[in-house]
Amino acid sequence: MAFDKELKNYYIQQISFIREQNLYKQEKQIQSPQFASIDVEYPKGVNKDGIINICSNNYLGLSNHPEVIKAAKETLDTRGYGMSSVRFICGTQDIHVDLENKMSLFLGMDDTILYSSAFDANLGIFEALLDEDCAIFTDSLNHASIIDGTRLCKAKKIRYANNDMDDLQLKLEEEKDFRIKLIVTDGVFSMDGIVAHVDKICELAKMYKALVMVDDSHATGFIGKTGRGTHELHNVMGEVDIISTTFGKALGGASGGCISGRQEIIEILRQKSRPYLFSNSISPVVVGGVLKVMSMIMESTDRRDKLEINSEFWKKGLREAGFILTNTGSPIVPVMLFNAKLAQEFSADLYGEGVYAIGFFYPVVPKGKARIRTQISAAHETEHLEKALDAFIRVGKKYDILGRSREEILDRYPISTSL
Amino acid sequence: MAYSDKIRGIYTGTLNEIKEKGIFKQERPIHSAQAADIEVEFPMGSDLKKVINMCANNYLGLSSHPDVIKAAHAGLDSRGYGMSSVRFICGTQDIHKELEAKVTKFLGTEDTILFPSCMDANAGVFEAILTADDVMISDRLVHASIIDGMRLCAALHDTFKHSDMAHLEEKLQLHADKRLKVVITDGVFSMDGDTAKLDEMVALCEKYDAMLFVDESHSSGFIGKTGRGTHEKCGVVGKIDIITTTFGKALGGASGGCVSGRKELVEMCRQKARPYLFSNTIAPVVVSGVNTVLDILSKSTERRDKLEKNTEFWRNGLAEAGFVLKEGDTPIVPVMLFNAKLSQDFSKALYEEGVYAIGFFFPVVPQGQARIRTQVSAGHEIHHLEKALEAFIKVGKKFDILGKTKQEIIAMYGN
Amino acid sequence: MAEMKDIVLQYVINEYLEDEDEVLSYDSPLISGGIVDSFSMVSLKRFLENKYKISIPDDKATPEAFDTVNKICALVNEYIK
Repeated sequence: MAFDKELKNYYIQQISFIREQNLYKQEKQIQSPQFASIDVEYPKGVNKDGIINICSNNYLGLSNHPEVIKAAKETLDTRGYGMSSVRFICGTQDIHVDLENKMSLFLGMDDTILYSSAFDANLGIFEALLDEDCAIFTDSLNHASIIDGTRLCKAKKIRYANNDMDDLQLKLEEEKDFRIKLIVTDGVFSMDGIVAHVDKICELAKMYKALVMVDDSHATGFIGKTGRGTHELHNVMGEVDIISTTFGKALGGASGGCISGRQEIIEILRQKSRPYLFSNSISPVVVGGVLKVMSMIMESTDRRDKLEINSEFWKKGLREAGFILTNTGSPIVPVMLFNAKLAQEFSADLYGEGVYAIGFFYPVVPKGKARIRTQISAAHETEHLEKALDAFIRVGKKYDILGRSREEILDRYPISTSL
Repeated sequence: MAYSDKIRGIYTGTLNEIKEKGIFKQERPIHSAQAADIEVEFPMGSDLKKVINMCANNYLGLSSHPDVIKAAHAGLDSRGYGMSSVRFICGTQDIHKELEAKVTKFLGTEDTILFPSCMDANAGVFEAILTADDVMISDRLVHASIIDGMRLCAALHDTFKHSDMAHLEEKLQLHADKRLKVVITDGVFSMDGDTAKLDEMVALCEKYDAMLFVDESHSSGFIGKTGRGTHEKCGVVGKIDIITTTFGKALGGASGGCVSGRKELVEMCRQKARPYLFSNTIAPVVVSGVNTVLDILSKSTERRDKLEKNTEFWRNGLAEAGFVLKEGDTPIVPVMLFNAKLSQDFSKALYEEGVYAIGFFFPVVPQGQARIRTQVSAGHEIHHLEKALEAFIKVGKKFDILGKTKQEIIAMYGN
Repeated sequence: MAEMKDIVLQYVINEYLEDEDEVLSYDSPLISGGIVDSFSMVSLKRFLENKYKISIPDDKATPEAFDTVNKICALVNEYIK
């Protein structure tokens, strides 16, 4: 160890630099379960109860659902708390196999393999399937975990412009000579809420003999008529070769993820994928909860239907009030503010009004595209949304941005005044 | 989609290759909680069989401990099941901060940051604190997740021979001109069960102005007098700059891991580590369990003491019976068989005798070093170990390897 | 040149060979033969640069150029003034 003064100062400087750039992330402590309204301690020592949460991935409102809690408890009693093992040593229980089968059935795929998280799933898939004589065509707005997974893989990486099918086709045309080609996209882009053209991607894939992989982390459970995901919405079930998704968002929100796909592909992952071989099995208590979630959403579409109604109500309300939204096709509803500092102040004011939604700015979104990302949940009742809408409108008026165009907002809050 | 016959053929070919090499992994579903006794379905579809588990990372026997289960129940009631968020958006509860503080105190560090798994901690930490001007010098036997983390980091990477301090010193001299230097090791090496020479490493790091990183996944909770880890055993608590460890083994075994160490390094991870920023917070139900595990361990050393006694009993028993073991004093006790097929056959015969322990062979361990890796737990009672020992001896006799040297075993079975 | 070959060969043997019985020659394939991996190549390059006070540009330090002791010595000689 040689963590001396000099080294310490080096790191202190790095952290100050992050602060100066207004990029410093501060966590707010929640003292209740995840729900439509939460109890928060922020700033430190100040407790605020009953804050409306409008920025969680709890799309179906199942993170704290009594049925899910009950199932988790039952599993604790019958299958224990942890497995203390990776899958292939002594970390596979009957319920892990049950969950894999249920996911395959739900997503309409051959087979499924569980991972400790969707992050790990994406981290481990590319290297296991592709070599240096293969190519990955990847959307420029894909999730960080896909980027890291492709970094660990020797295949050639070819980026195409976000959801731009002409550009994808151009790249497929230019880069033909590979043993295996794989097109990978998020199903719903998490920052914009926009749904990928999965149908057109499948068409191009047929034309150019490429595999298709979709990360449906922000879609599984609620996108499509019965909540199967973007492949259901776009009517291409059975045509997507690989789906990765998470249990950490709509499906209970605890942890874990999976990859569903062609039989041989899943089998190879089980033999070769490093995060699967070298990281813990999902804990039984979590598996118990997800199993319950899956039976609930396979029995009834009530929750996703309510989520759809809530999302429509919310978007309509914000648009009528004069906010600028993205072209979202999901419960992710970004309110565009463009200026990073404005996004942070807007979020602070909302918190003052009892609404929790945080600002997103560079590097999470491109420079000049700062926003408040709101996310709707089936846990929200109309009164939550009405109250949140009131707060948005009050704060919007305060900053005088209602009904303003992008240019007008930027005139008032020029990018140059902040990063 | 174009899952053509050609592509299917490529992947089928790869799978056949794995099968031909005899390294195809088959899972055995367990129909009970993780404990000393488990009920297993193997091969798939057959009747359940009750066996003694000798290969879990459940070192302290806490994976299904009643107090931990009770805490998880209470956690479900007070803080829910999932958070559906990363930490910095709306995924930080008071119990997450409580756990970070408890780990810091337990390990004797300055601060701690939680990750969804220790794999993620290792995957994210290097890139968050190092740049292309720096160097990472790692032991050649560090865990796969550390290797992946280093692959994701732009800093120069070099290795030193396993636990070879002279070689490490050469490497520190070779890279003396680099801006920041980090020496990287596991505290206890998972395949051999040997312990890193942390005292000597601390001295070398001081001499050459390097930071020291230790993965304590196979030591937190039970190595050292009060179970703090390898740094306690080696007398260097407070001198390790970065410790990573897991809650997925001794500490309840559910999931989650952390980076614990210098305040500034932890802060850098909070701002920049990608798996922290882009993956879920640990589920409240899991956090509640780990909080109670740390309370149990801070109050009493009973469990680690029992583990120590069990380990001694087990090691002595196997050695006296005439097995070739890897030297060491941790609960990881590898029974050396050298030949891959022998290790698989041995494991099968053990299973028939009611003991669950699997064979490890290339590429998980070097060629010609196949083994059965046994892991002792405080969840074991002496009668479990006695029964397991009997089974080992019976199977050892069957394959006629008791009292035989490495050379003799290789002469009989090849390597 | 002969001396350099022996120095490099000895370094590779000490550094990378796990099995003492294995025999290496000046023409044994190191990288394509799986003896030196791409990670370790970086440290081999640094060893050469320090030892012979040279700087080998990254784009010249290819797996092909590092594949045998003979090839490595030829590369090093290009940069020795």
